[in-house]
Amino acid sequence: MKVQVRYFASLREALGAQQAIDMPVGSTLSELRDALIASSPKHAELLARGRAVRCAQDQRMCGEDTLLVDGAEVAFFPPVTGG
Amino acid sequence: MRERVSVRPADFDLSEEVAALRAHDGGVGAVVAFVGTVRDHSGGQSLRAMELEHYPGMTEAAIEAMIDEACKRFDIRGARVVHRVGVLQPCDQIVLVAVSSAHRGQAFQACEFLMDYLKTQAPFWKKESGAQGSRWVDARSSDDAALERWGLRSANAA
Repeated sequence: MKVQVRYFASLREALGAQQAIDMPVGSTLSELRDALIASSPKHAELLARGRAVRCAQDQRMCGEDTLLVDGAEVAFFPPVTGG
Repeated sequence: MRERVSVRPADFDLSEEVAALRAHDGGVGAVVAFVGTVRDHSGGQSLRAMELEHYPGMTEAAIEAMIDEACKRFDIRGARVVHRVGVLQPCDQIVLVAVSSAHRGQAFQACEFLMDYLKTQAPFWKKESGAQGSRWVDARSSDDAALERWGLRSANAA
């Protein structure tokens, strides 16, 4: 299934605003992050485990154990700093 | 009725916002407003500009959900949040949270609750520019601690 990945802030500057990726049905956001890490050295650096990366699916904050939804918009971004 | 949330580059007028919030509501006996502004220094260095990025759609929805939560927890009559995005200069206004209620206690609490919530749960990111170049602002664990006072766990900065 296809998901649209979006990046914000420092991740957007390094990886671009968005990309599409194919994932097996039943994958989690964590598995998506692993697939992205494996896709290029730059992704590996920016999304490395141990780095503070937050995520959302279809514009709702969620944990990485969340199951991906077909056609979803998934976002990865640094901790938020508004206000 | 006026929308509760506005995320935009344009500045806001505190008097006008407060007037709109309590217009035609004779039950209002208190309005508490918080305004966040851009400091001219950060970490001992002078700051030339601050750029704010957001996640269009999600940011507005997240703040709407926060206001819903505030309405459940506190006896308030109205709330309005304006958050600016784009490039801001030192001394510019960044954010307004205004809450109306019958008595001051609930308005003070709801206003602080909304700011604590917004700091750690609304998708905004700040980038500071100074003489030494630009850098993305790090999240603070003290902001997570502030939200936890309200019984909500936050692991934004962790």
